[in-house]
Amino acid sequence: MPNALQILKLTKTYANNVQALSQVDLSVEQGDFFALLGGNGAGKTTMIGIICSLLNKTSGGVSVMGLDQATELNQVKRMIGLMPQEFNFNPFEPIEEILINQAGYYGIDRHQAKARAELLLKRIELWDKRTDMAKSLSGGMKRRLMLARALMHEPKILILDEPSAGVDVEIRRSMWDFLKELNNEGMTIILTTHYLEEAEFLCRNIAILDKGQVIEQSSMKALLAKVSQQVLILESSKSLPSPLPMLSFSVERLDDHSMQVVLDKLSISNALEVLGKEGIEIEHVRSAQNRLETLFLRLTSREG
Amino acid sequence: MWIAYKTIVIKEILRFSRIWVQTIFPPIITTSLYLLIFGGLMGERIGPMQGVDYLHFIIPGIILMTVIQNAYANTVSSFFLAKFNHSIEELLISPVSYWIILLGYVSGGVARGFSVGLGVFIAVSFFVDLSIHSIGIVLITFLLTAVLFSLAGFINAVFAQSFDDISIVPTFILMPMTYLGGMFYSIEILPEFWQMLSKFNPIYYMVDSFRMGFLGSSTTDFVTSMMVLTSMIILLAIVAFYLLKRGVNIKT
Repeated sequence: MPNALQILKLTKTYANNVQALSQVDLSVEQGDFFALLGGNGAGKTTMIGIICSLLNKTSGGVSVMGLDQATELNQVKRMIGLMPQEFNFNPFEPIEEILINQAGYYGIDRHQAKARAELLLKRIELWDKRTDMAKSLSGGMKRRLMLARALMHEPKILILDEPSAGVDVEIRRSMWDFLKELNNEGMTIILTTHYLEEAEFLCRNIAILDKGQVIEQSSMKALLAKVSQQVLILESSKSLPSPLPMLSFSVERLDDHSMQVVLDKLSISNALEVLGKEGIEIEHVRSAQNRLETLFLRLTSREG
Repeated sequence: MWIAYKTIVIKEILRFSRIWVQTIFPPIITTSLYLLIFGGLMGERIGPMQGVDYLHFIIPGIILMTVIQNAYANTVSSFFLAKFNHSIEELLISPVSYWIILLGYVSGGVARGFSVGLGVFIAVSFFVDLSIHSIGIVLITFLLTAVLFSLAGFINAVFAQSFDDISIVPTFILMPMTYLGGMFYSIEILPEFWQMLSKFNPIYYMVDSFRMGFLGSSTTDFVTSMMVLTSMIILLAIVAFYLLKRGVNIKT
Protein backbone atom coordinates (compact mmCIF):
# COMPACT_ATOMS: atom_id res chain seq x y z
CA MET A 1 0.00 0.00 0.00
CA PRO A 2 1.59 3.34 -1.01
CA ASN A 3 2.07 6.06 1.55
CA ALA A 4 -0.63 8.71 1.75
CA LEU A 5 2.10 11.31 1.39
CA GLN A 6 5.68 10.89 0.34
CA ILE A 7 8.00 13.87 0.16
CA LEU A 8 11.52 13.48 -1.18
CA LYS A 9 14.27 16.09 -0.94
CA LEU A 10 11.78 18.93 -1.12
CA THR A 11 13.40 22.33 -1.33
CA LYS A 12 11.82 25.73 -1.59
CA THR A 13 13.76 28.94 -2.02
CA TYR A 14 11.70 32.12 -2.39
CA ALA A 15 12.57 34.90 -4.82
CA ASN A 16 14.14 36.89 -1.97
CA ASN A 17 16.55 33.95 -1.43
CA VAL A 18 14.91 32.83 1.79
CA GLN A 19 15.16 29.07 1.95
CA ALA A 20 11.92 27.88 3.53
CA LEU A 21 12.52 24.16 3.00
CA SER A 22 15.80 22.35 2.57
CA GLN A 23 15.98 18.76 1.28
CA VAL A 24 12.96 17.67 3.32
CA ASP A 25 12.05 13.97 3.38
CA LEU A 26 8.76 13.00 4.97
CA SER A 27 6.35 10.10 4.75
CA VAL A 28 2.85 9.70 6.10
CA GLU A 29 1.10 6.34 6.02
CA GLN A 30 -2.47 5.88 4.87
CA GLY A 31 -4.97 6.21 7.70
CA ASP A 32 -2.51 8.05 9.92
CA PHE A 33 -3.29 11.05 12.09
CA PHE A 34 -0.05 12.94 11.64
CA ALA A 35 1.22 16.05 13.40
CA LEU A 36 3.57 18.48 11.73
CA LEU A 37 5.02 20.73 14.37
CA GLY A 38 7.33 23.68 14.12
CA GLY A 39 7.65 27.25 15.25
CA ASN A 40 6.74 30.27 13.20
CA GLY A 41 8.74 30.27 9.97
CA ALA A 42 9.74 26.61 10.32
CA GLY A 43 8.37 25.85 6.85
CA LYS A 44 5.09 24.09 7.68
CA THR A 45 2.81 26.34 5.64
CA THR A 46 5.28 26.37 2.75
CA MET A 47 5.29 22.58 2.73
CA ILE A 48 1.49 22.45 2.78
CA GLY A 49 1.37 25.10 0.03
CA ILE A 50 3.56 22.94 -2.20
CA ILE A 51 1.60 19.74 -1.48
CA CYS A 52 -1.64 21.57 -2.36
CA SER A 53 -0.23 23.24 -5.51
CA LEU A 54 -0.50 26.75 -4.08
CA LEU A 55 3.26 27.25 -4.22
CA ASN A 56 5.86 26.17 -6.74
CA LYS A 57 8.63 23.98 -5.39
CA THR A 58 12.27 24.70 -6.20
CA SER A 59 13.23 21.02 -6.34
CA GLY A 60 12.30 17.63 -4.95
CA GLY A 61 9.27 15.40 -5.29
CA VAL A 62 5.82 15.00 -3.81
CA SER A 63 3.60 11.99 -4.28
CA VAL A 64 0.15 11.43 -2.87
CA MET A 65 -1.35 7.94 -2.56
CA GLY A 66 1.36 6.75 -4.93
CA LEU A 67 0.61 9.40 -7.55
CA ASP A 68 3.39 11.73 -8.60
CA GLN A 69 2.34 15.36 -8.28
CA ALA A 70 4.55 16.33 -11.23
CA THR A 71 2.82 14.02 -13.70
CA GLU A 72 -0.62 13.36 -12.22
CA LEU A 73 -1.44 16.72 -10.72
CA ASN A 74 -5.20 16.67 -11.18
CA GLN A 75 -5.58 13.24 -9.60
CA VAL A 76 -3.35 14.36 -6.72
CA LYS A 77 -5.52 17.45 -6.23
CA ARG A 78 -8.65 15.29 -6.01
CA MET A 79 -7.06 13.31 -3.16
CA ILE A 80 -6.43 16.32 -0.94
CA GLY A 81 -8.71 18.52 1.14
CA LEU A 82 -7.14 21.62 2.63
CA MET A 83 -8.18 23.72 5.58
CA PRO A 84 -5.66 26.58 5.43
CA GLN A 85 -4.39 28.79 8.21
CA GLU A 86 -5.69 32.07 6.76
CA PHE A 87 -9.32 32.61 5.81
CA ASN A 88 -9.44 32.22 2.05
CA PHE A 89 -13.06 32.44 1.00
CA ASN A 90 -15.09 35.27 -0.47
CA PRO A 91 -16.54 37.01 2.61
CA PHE A 92 -19.44 38.33 0.51
CA GLU A 93 -20.67 34.88 -0.49
CA PRO A 94 -23.35 32.91 1.43
CA ILE A 95 -21.72 30.00 3.20
CA GLU A 96 -23.80 27.32 1.49
CA GLU A 97 -22.74 28.76 -1.89
CA ILE A 98 -19.08 28.57 -0.85
CA LEU A 99 -19.45 24.85 -0.22
CA ILE A 100 -21.50 24.14 -3.36
CA ASN A 101 -19.01 26.04 -5.54
CA GLN A 102 -16.07 24.17 -4.05
CA ALA A 103 -17.75 20.87 -4.88
CA GLY A 104 -18.44 22.14 -8.40
CA TYR A 105 -14.73 22.74 -8.96
CA TYR A 106 -14.23 19.02 -8.32
CA GLY A 107 -16.93 18.08 -10.81
CA ILE A 108 -19.73 17.40 -8.31
CA ASP A 109 -23.07 18.58 -9.69
CA ARG A 110 -25.11 21.19 -7.85
CA HIS A 111 -27.83 18.81 -6.69
CA GLN A 112 -25.35 16.39 -5.12
CA ALA A 113 -23.29 19.25 -3.71
CA LYS A 114 -26.35 20.74 -2.03
CA ALA A 115 -27.05 17.48 -0.22
CA ARG A 116 -23.44 17.12 0.89
CA ALA A 117 -23.32 20.76 2.02
CA GLU A 118 -26.43 20.19 4.13
CA LEU A 119 -24.87 17.14 5.77
CA LEU A 120 -21.62 18.92 6.58
CA LEU A 121 -23.18 22.20 7.69
CA LYS A 122 -25.39 20.28 10.09
CA ARG A 123 -22.39 18.31 11.37
CA ILE A 124 -20.41 21.48 12.10
CA GLU A 125 -23.47 23.27 13.47
CA LEU A 126 -23.68 25.99 10.83
CA TRP A 127 -26.84 24.85 9.05
CA ASP A 128 -28.91 27.67 10.54
CA LYS A 129 -26.48 30.17 9.07
CA ARG A 130 -26.36 28.68 5.58
CA THR A 131 -27.73 31.77 3.86
CA ASP A 132 -25.58 34.22 5.82
CA MET A 133 -22.62 35.94 4.22
CA ALA A 134 -19.33 34.39 5.33
CA LYS A 135 -18.15 37.74 6.67
CA SER A 136 -20.84 37.64 9.35
CA LEU A 137 -19.43 34.48 10.95
CA SER A 138 -17.23 34.50 14.05
CA GLY A 139 -13.59 33.37 13.79
CA GLY A 140 -14.40 29.89 15.06
CA MET A 141 -17.33 29.53 12.67
CA LYS A 142 -15.12 30.59 9.76
CA ARG A 143 -12.65 27.82 10.68
CA ARG A 144 -15.46 25.28 10.76
CA LEU A 145 -16.68 26.53 7.41
CA MET A 146 -13.23 25.94 5.94
CA LEU A 147 -13.21 22.43 7.43
CA ALA A 148 -16.55 21.66 5.79
CA ARG A 149 -15.32 23.12 2.50
CA ALA A 150 -12.23 20.89 2.60
CA LEU A 151 -14.48 17.84 2.98
CA MET A 152 -16.93 18.65 0.18
CA HIS A 153 -15.21 16.45 -2.42
CA GLU A 154 -14.57 13.60 0.06
CA PRO A 155 -10.77 13.70 -0.05
CA LYS A 156 -8.54 10.81 1.00
CA ILE A 157 -6.16 13.14 2.84
CA LEU A 158 -7.22 16.07 4.94
CA ILE A 159 -4.59 18.72 5.63
CA LEU A 160 -5.32 21.08 8.50
CA ASP A 161 -3.12 24.11 8.98
CA GLU A 162 -3.69 25.44 12.50
CA PRO A 163 -7.34 24.28 12.67
CA SER A 164 -7.95 25.38 16.25
CA ALA A 165 -6.67 28.94 16.05
CA GLY A 166 -9.35 31.23 17.45
CA VAL A 167 -11.73 28.38 18.27
CA ASP A 168 -13.15 28.24 21.80
CA VAL A 169 -12.58 25.19 24.01
CA GLU A 170 -16.04 23.68 23.55
CA ILE A 171 -16.00 23.96 19.77
CA ARG A 172 -12.38 22.77 19.69
CA ARG A 173 -13.37 19.60 21.54
CA SER A 174 -16.27 18.98 19.20
CA MET A 175 -13.97 19.59 16.21
CA TRP A 176 -11.50 17.08 17.64
CA ASP A 177 -14.28 14.50 17.98
CA PHE A 178 -15.24 15.10 14.35
CA LEU A 179 -11.64 14.75 13.20
CA LYS A 180 -11.21 11.51 15.19
CA GLU A 181 -14.40 10.22 13.59
CA LEU A 182 -13.08 11.03 10.10
CA ASN A 183 -9.77 9.36 10.90
CA ASN A 184 -11.55 6.27 12.24
CA GLU A 185 -13.42 6.09 8.93
CA GLY A 186 -10.03 5.81 7.20
CA MET A 187 -9.20 9.38 6.24
CA THR A 188 -5.53 10.32 6.57
CA ILE A 189 -5.21 13.56 8.50
CA ILE A 190 -2.15 15.79 8.60
CA LEU A 191 -2.27 18.56 11.15
CA THR A 192 -0.10 21.51 11.97
CA THR A 193 -0.80 23.21 15.24
CA HIS A 194 0.58 25.49 17.88
CA TYR A 195 -1.51 23.71 20.51
CA LEU A 196 0.85 20.89 21.40
CA GLU A 197 -1.86 19.41 23.59
CA GLU A 198 -3.93 19.06 20.41
CA ALA A 199 -1.16 17.14 18.63
CA GLU A 200 -0.62 14.91 21.67
CA PHE A 201 -4.33 14.21 21.99
CA LEU A 202 -5.07 13.54 18.31
CA CYS A 203 -1.99 12.31 16.50
CA ARG A 204 -0.27 8.94 16.29
CA ASN A 205 2.82 10.07 14.42
CA ILE A 206 4.72 13.30 14.36
CA ALA A 207 7.40 15.24 12.54
CA ILE A 208 9.09 18.34 13.86
CA LEU A 209 10.23 20.95 11.38
CA ASP A 210 12.80 23.54 12.27
CA LYS A 211 14.40 26.07 9.94
CA GLY A 212 13.13 24.23 6.88
CA GLN A 213 14.34 20.79 7.92
CA VAL A 214 12.72 17.76 9.53
CA ILE A 215 14.63 17.32 12.78
CA GLU A 216 12.51 14.49 14.17
CA GLN A 217 10.01 12.01 12.79
CA SER A 218 8.61 9.15 14.81
CA SER A 219 5.53 7.89 16.57
CA MET A 220 4.06 10.16 19.23
CA LYS A 221 4.52 7.40 21.80
CA ALA A 222 8.22 6.92 21.02
CA LEU A 223 8.82 10.63 21.01
CA LEU A 224 7.12 11.22 24.33
CA ALA A 225 9.04 8.34 25.87
CA LYS A 226 12.16 10.40 25.27
CA VAL A 227 10.91 12.87 27.81
CA SER A 228 11.74 11.08 31.03
CA GLN A 229 11.72 14.29 33.01
CA GLN A 230 8.43 15.32 34.56
CA VAL A 231 7.67 18.66 36.15
CA LEU A 232 4.85 18.45 38.66
CA ILE A 233 3.03 20.80 41.00
CA LEU A 234 2.26 19.17 44.36
CA GLU A 235 -0.28 20.69 46.69
CA SER A 236 -0.85 20.08 50.38
CA SER A 237 -3.72 21.24 52.63
CA LYS A 238 -1.20 21.82 55.43
CA SER A 239 1.50 24.49 55.40
CA LEU A 240 4.73 23.31 53.87
CA PRO A 241 7.94 23.56 55.95
CA SER A 242 10.23 26.44 55.13
CA PRO A 243 12.84 25.84 53.98
CA LEU A 244 11.94 22.49 52.41
CA PRO A 245 14.16 19.57 53.45
CA MET A 246 16.98 18.40 51.13
CA LEU A 247 15.60 15.61 48.96
CA SER A 248 16.94 13.27 46.26
CA PHE A 249 15.04 15.22 43.59
CA SER A 250 14.80 18.87 42.74
CA VAL A 251 12.10 20.70 44.66
CA GLU A 252 11.05 24.33 44.79
CA ARG A 253 8.59 25.92 47.23
CA LEU A 254 5.99 27.96 45.31
CA ASP A 255 3.87 29.15 48.23
CA ASP A 256 2.68 27.94 51.66
CA HIS A 257 0.72 25.04 50.19
CA SER A 258 2.37 24.15 46.89
CA MET A 259 5.73 23.20 45.45
CA GLN A 260 7.19 22.25 42.11
CA VAL A 261 9.20 19.04 41.77
CA VAL A 262 11.28 17.82 38.85
CA LEU A 263 11.39 14.04 38.57
CA ASP A 264 13.98 12.49 36.33
CA LYS A 265 13.97 8.76 36.89
CA LEU A 266 12.00 8.62 40.11
CA SER A 267 8.32 7.65 39.85
CA ILE A 268 5.58 9.83 41.33
CA SER A 269 4.68 7.20 43.96
CA ASN A 270 8.31 7.01 45.13
CA ALA A 271 8.49 10.80 45.33
CA LEU A 272 5.27 10.90 47.36
CA GLU A 273 6.68 8.23 49.67
CA VAL A 274 9.88 10.28 50.20
CA LEU A 275 7.82 13.38 50.96
CA GLY A 276 5.57 11.38 53.35
CA LYS A 277 8.64 10.29 55.34
CA GLU A 278 9.47 13.99 55.73
CA GLY A 279 5.98 14.59 57.10
CA ILE A 280 4.70 16.29 53.97
CA GLU A 281 1.30 15.02 52.91
CA ILE A 282 0.34 15.69 49.31
CA GLU A 283 -3.31 15.91 48.32
CA HIS A 284 -3.19 17.08 44.71
CA VAL A 285 -0.73 16.43 41.89
CA ARG A 286 -0.83 18.19 38.53
CA SER A 287 1.52 18.48 35.57
CA ALA A 288 3.36 21.77 35.33
CA GLN A 289 4.26 21.41 31.67
CA ASN A 290 3.06 19.58 28.62
CA ARG A 291 5.55 16.82 27.86
CA LEU A 292 5.44 17.40 24.14
CA GLU A 293 6.07 21.08 24.73
CA THR A 294 9.15 20.19 26.79
CA LEU A 295 10.44 17.99 24.01
CA PHE A 296 9.58 20.46 21.29
CA LEU A 297 11.48 23.24 23.02
CA ARG A 298 14.43 20.96 23.61
CA LEU A 299 14.58 19.75 20.00
CA THR A 300 14.27 23.19 18.52
CA SER A 301 16.85 24.46 21.03
CA ARG A 302 14.58 27.09 22.46
CA GLU A 303 15.23 25.73 25.91
CA GLY A 304 18.30 23.93 27.31
CA MET B 1 -14.89 20.12 -16.56
CA TRP B 2 -18.32 21.28 -17.75
CA ILE B 3 -19.56 21.29 -14.15
CA ALA B 4 -16.54 23.32 -13.00
CA TYR B 5 -17.09 25.81 -15.83
CA LYS B 6 -20.78 26.09 -15.03
CA THR B 7 -19.94 26.60 -11.35
CA ILE B 8 -17.61 29.53 -12.08
CA VAL B 9 -20.13 31.14 -14.42
CA ILE B 10 -23.03 30.77 -11.94
CA LYS B 11 -20.80 32.13 -9.16
CA GLU B 12 -19.89 35.13 -11.32
CA ILE B 13 -23.49 35.84 -12.34
CA LEU B 14 -24.68 35.57 -8.74
CA ARG B 15 -21.84 37.87 -7.66
CA PHE B 16 -22.81 40.78 -9.91
CA SER B 17 -26.53 40.12 -9.50
CA ARG B 18 -26.29 40.35 -5.70
CA ILE B 19 -24.86 43.85 -6.06
CA TRP B 20 -27.13 44.95 -8.94
CA VAL B 21 -27.41 48.43 -7.45
CA GLN B 22 -23.70 48.85 -8.13
CA THR B 23 -23.40 46.82 -11.31
CA ILE B 24 -26.57 46.83 -13.41
CA PHE B 25 -28.47 49.93 -12.42
CA PRO B 26 -25.89 52.77 -12.72
CA PRO B 27 -25.02 52.16 -16.41
CA ILE B 28 -28.72 52.34 -17.30
CA ILE B 29 -29.06 55.72 -15.54
CA THR B 30 -25.83 57.05 -17.10
CA THR B 31 -26.87 55.93 -20.56
CA SER B 32 -30.30 57.50 -20.23
CA LEU B 33 -28.57 60.77 -19.31
CA TYR B 34 -26.24 60.53 -22.31
CA LEU B 35 -29.23 60.03 -24.57
CA LEU B 36 -31.19 62.84 -22.99
CA ILE B 37 -28.32 65.34 -23.20
CA PHE B 38 -26.42 64.40 -26.36
CA GLY B 39 -29.22 62.80 -28.30
CA GLY B 40 -32.33 64.61 -27.17
CA LEU B 41 -31.18 68.13 -26.27
CA MET B 42 -28.10 68.64 -28.43
CA GLY B 43 -28.74 66.09 -31.17
CA GLU B 44 -31.16 68.22 -33.17
CA ARG B 45 -28.58 71.01 -33.36
CA ILE B 46 -25.83 68.61 -34.45
CA GLY B 47 -27.86 67.27 -37.32
CA PRO B 48 -27.75 63.87 -39.09
CA MET B 49 -24.65 61.68 -39.19
CA GLN B 50 -23.97 58.74 -41.51
CA GLY B 51 -27.40 59.37 -42.96
CA VAL B 52 -29.43 59.08 -39.75
CA ASP B 53 -30.44 61.56 -37.04
CA TYR B 54 -27.88 62.02 -34.30
CA LEU B 55 -29.91 60.32 -31.56
CA HIS B 56 -30.18 57.08 -33.57
CA PHE B 57 -26.54 57.39 -34.57
CA ILE B 58 -25.14 57.43 -31.02
CA ILE B 59 -27.34 54.72 -29.50
CA PRO B 60 -25.28 51.70 -30.74
CA GLY B 61 -22.04 53.32 -29.57
CA ILE B 62 -23.48 54.07 -26.16
CA ILE B 63 -24.80 50.52 -25.72
CA LEU B 64 -21.43 49.11 -26.76
CA MET B 65 -19.62 51.47 -24.39
CA THR B 66 -21.57 50.03 -21.46
CA VAL B 67 -20.80 46.51 -22.67
CA ILE B 68 -17.07 47.34 -22.87
CA GLN B 69 -16.96 48.98 -19.46
CA ASN B 70 -18.98 46.32 -17.70
CA ALA B 71 -17.31 43.28 -19.24
CA TYR B 72 -13.96 44.78 -18.27
CA ALA B 73 -15.10 45.84 -14.79
CA ASN B 74 -16.52 42.42 -14.01
CA THR B 75 -13.40 40.37 -14.65
CA VAL B 76 -10.97 42.93 -13.27
CA SER B 77 -12.83 43.38 -10.00
CA SER B 78 -13.86 39.76 -9.55
CA PHE B 79 -10.44 38.26 -10.23
CA PHE B 80 -8.60 40.95 -8.30
CA LEU B 81 -10.88 40.44 -5.28
CA ALA B 82 -10.35 36.68 -5.51
CA LYS B 83 -6.61 37.36 -5.34
CA PHE B 84 -7.06 39.94 -2.58
CA ASN B 85 -9.15 37.72 -0.29
CA HIS B 86 -7.24 34.58 -1.38
CA SER B 87 -10.43 32.85 -2.52
CA ILE B 88 -8.59 32.18 -5.80
CA GLU B 89 -6.94 29.37 -3.80
CA GLU B 90 -10.27 27.53 -3.91
CA LEU B 91 -9.71 27.15 -7.64
CA LEU B 92 -5.95 26.67 -7.56
CA ILE B 93 -6.11 23.63 -5.25
CA SER B 94 -8.88 22.04 -7.31
CA PRO B 95 -8.41 20.09 -10.54
CA VAL B 96 -9.95 22.85 -12.69
CA SER B 97 -7.74 23.54 -15.71
CA TYR B 98 -6.43 27.04 -16.34
CA TRP B 99 -8.43 27.27 -19.56
CA ILE B 100 -11.63 26.59 -17.67
CA ILE B 101 -10.79 29.20 -15.03
CA LEU B 102 -10.11 31.76 -17.76
CA LEU B 103 -13.20 30.79 -19.75
CA GLY B 104 -15.33 30.95 -16.60
CA TYR B 105 -14.21 34.45 -15.68
CA VAL B 106 -14.54 35.67 -19.28
CA SER B 107 -18.04 34.20 -19.49
CA GLY B 108 -18.90 36.08 -16.29
CA GLY B 109 -17.74 39.30 -17.94
CA VAL B 110 -19.75 38.51 -21.07
CA ALA B 111 -22.83 37.78 -18.94
CA ARG B 112 -22.55 41.14 -17.17
CA GLY B 113 -21.91 42.92 -20.47
CA PHE B 114 -25.00 41.24 -21.89
CA SER B 115 -27.18 42.04 -18.84
CA VAL B 116 -26.20 45.69 -18.82
CA GLY B 117 -26.29 46.02 -22.62
CA LEU B 118 -29.77 44.49 -22.69
CA GLY B 119 -30.87 46.71 -19.80
CA VAL B 120 -29.68 49.80 -21.67
CA PHE B 121 -31.32 48.61 -24.88
CA ILE B 122 -34.66 48.13 -23.07
CA ALA B 123 -34.33 51.53 -21.34
CA VAL B 124 -33.55 53.22 -24.66
CA SER B 125 -36.52 51.51 -26.30
CA PHE B 126 -38.85 53.46 -24.01
CA PHE B 127 -37.63 56.76 -25.47
CA VAL B 128 -36.62 55.94 -29.04
CA ASP B 129 -38.14 53.84 -31.76
CA LEU B 130 -35.24 51.41 -32.32
CA SER B 131 -34.88 49.08 -35.25
CA ILE B 132 -32.18 46.48 -35.80
CA HIS B 133 -30.85 46.01 -39.32
CA SER B 134 -29.10 42.68 -38.60
CA ILE B 135 -29.48 40.88 -35.26
CA GLY B 136 -26.65 38.50 -36.27
CA ILE B 137 -24.14 41.35 -36.68
CA VAL B 138 -25.31 42.96 -33.43
CA LEU B 139 -24.91 39.72 -31.47
CA ILE B 140 -21.57 38.66 -32.94
CA THR B 141 -20.08 42.13 -32.44
CA PHE B 142 -21.40 42.23 -28.90
CA LEU B 143 -19.97 38.78 -28.14
CA LEU B 144 -16.50 39.45 -29.56
CA THR B 145 -16.31 42.86 -27.87
CA ALA B 146 -17.38 41.48 -24.49
CA VAL B 147 -14.92 38.58 -24.75
CA LEU B 148 -12.08 40.90 -25.71
CA PHE B 149 -12.63 43.31 -22.83
CA SER B 150 -13.26 40.54 -20.32
CA LEU B 151 -9.84 39.15 -21.27
CA ALA B 152 -8.29 42.60 -20.96
CA GLY B 153 -9.86 43.01 -17.51
CA PHE B 154 -8.52 39.61 -16.50
CA ILE B 155 -4.96 40.55 -17.51
CA ASN B 156 -5.27 43.84 -15.63
CA ALA B 157 -6.39 41.91 -12.52
CA VAL B 158 -3.43 39.54 -12.73
CA PHE B 159 -0.99 42.46 -12.62
CA ALA B 160 -2.95 44.59 -10.15
CA GLN B 161 -1.45 44.82 -6.68
CA SER B 162 -3.88 47.35 -5.23
CA PHE B 163 -7.37 48.74 -5.81
CA ASP B 164 -5.78 51.74 -7.55
CA ASP B 165 -4.30 49.41 -10.16
CA ILE B 166 -7.72 48.21 -11.24
CA SER B 167 -8.98 51.71 -11.95
CA ILE B 168 -5.93 53.11 -13.78
CA VAL B 169 -6.48 51.24 -17.05
CA PRO B 170 -10.24 51.96 -17.31
CA THR B 171 -9.71 55.64 -16.53
CA PHE B 172 -6.59 56.45 -18.51
CA ILE B 173 -6.72 53.98 -21.37
CA LEU B 174 -10.16 52.46 -21.81
CA MET B 175 -12.26 55.60 -21.53
CA PRO B 176 -10.18 57.73 -23.96
CA MET B 177 -10.07 54.83 -26.43
CA THR B 178 -13.84 54.41 -26.18
CA TYR B 179 -14.58 58.10 -26.61
CA LEU B 180 -12.11 58.40 -29.50
CA GLY B 181 -13.39 55.22 -31.16
CA GLY B 182 -16.22 56.94 -33.00
CA MET B 183 -18.82 56.46 -30.30
CA PHE B 184 -20.20 60.02 -30.59
CA TYR B 185 -19.14 60.77 -34.15
CA SER B 186 -18.41 59.20 -37.50
CA ILE B 187 -14.68 59.19 -38.24
CA GLU B 188 -15.56 60.48 -41.74
CA ILE B 189 -15.87 63.97 -40.23
CA LEU B 190 -12.25 63.86 -38.99
CA PRO B 191 -9.24 65.18 -40.94
CA GLU B 192 -7.46 62.45 -42.88
CA PHE B 193 -4.61 62.07 -40.38
CA TRP B 194 -6.99 61.53 -37.46
CA GLN B 195 -9.09 59.17 -39.55
CA MET B 196 -5.99 57.05 -40.15
CA LEU B 197 -5.05 57.18 -36.46
CA SER B 198 -8.57 56.11 -35.45
CA LYS B 199 -8.08 52.94 -37.45
CA PHE B 200 -5.42 51.83 -34.95
CA ASN B 201 -8.03 51.98 -32.23
CA PRO B 202 -9.72 48.55 -31.99
CA ILE B 203 -12.80 50.10 -30.42
CA TYR B 204 -13.45 51.90 -33.70
CA TYR B 205 -14.03 48.53 -35.44
CA MET B 206 -16.36 47.34 -32.69
CA VAL B 207 -18.45 50.50 -32.64
CA ASP B 208 -18.57 50.63 -36.44
CA SER B 209 -19.72 47.00 -36.75
CA PHE B 210 -22.22 47.34 -33.93
CA ARG B 211 -23.63 50.45 -35.57
CA MET B 212 -23.82 48.58 -38.85
CA GLY B 213 -25.93 45.92 -37.10
CA PHE B 214 -28.38 48.60 -36.01
CA LEU B 215 -28.31 51.08 -38.89
CA GLY B 216 -27.07 49.06 -41.83
CA SER B 217 -24.31 51.53 -42.70
CA SER B 218 -20.65 51.54 -41.74
CA THR B 219 -17.36 53.22 -42.54
CA THR B 220 -15.27 50.07 -42.70
CA ASP B 221 -15.55 46.53 -43.99
CA PHE B 222 -17.35 44.16 -41.55
CA VAL B 223 -15.01 41.24 -42.29
CA THR B 224 -11.97 43.43 -41.53
CA SER B 225 -13.54 44.45 -38.24
CA MET B 226 -14.20 40.84 -37.26
CA MET B 227 -10.65 39.87 -38.18
CA VAL B 228 -9.23 42.67 -36.03
CA LEU B 229 -11.41 41.63 -33.09
CA THR B 230 -10.69 37.90 -33.44
CA SER B 231 -6.92 38.46 -33.72
CA MET B 232 -6.93 40.58 -30.58
CA ILE B 233 -8.99 38.00 -28.70
CA ILE B 234 -6.55 35.23 -29.65
CA LEU B 235 -3.60 37.38 -28.58
CA LEU B 236 -5.09 38.37 -25.23
CA ALA B 237 -6.33 34.83 -24.54
CA ILE B 238 -2.80 33.47 -25.02
CA VAL B 239 -1.34 36.16 -22.75
CA ALA B 240 -3.99 35.61 -20.06
CA PHE B 241 -3.53 31.83 -20.16
CA TYR B 242 0.24 32.16 -19.95
CA LEU B 243 0.01 34.51 -16.95
CA LEU B 244 -2.42 32.20 -15.18
CA LYS B 245 -0.38 29.08 -15.89
CA ARG B 246 2.82 30.74 -14.70
CA GLY B 247 0.95 31.89 -11.60
CA VAL B 248 2.11 35.48 -12.05
CA ASN B 249 1.17 37.37 -8.87
CA ILE B 250 -0.81 34.32 -7.77
CA LYS B 251 1.76 31.66 -6.93
CA THR B 252 5.28 32.17 -5.60
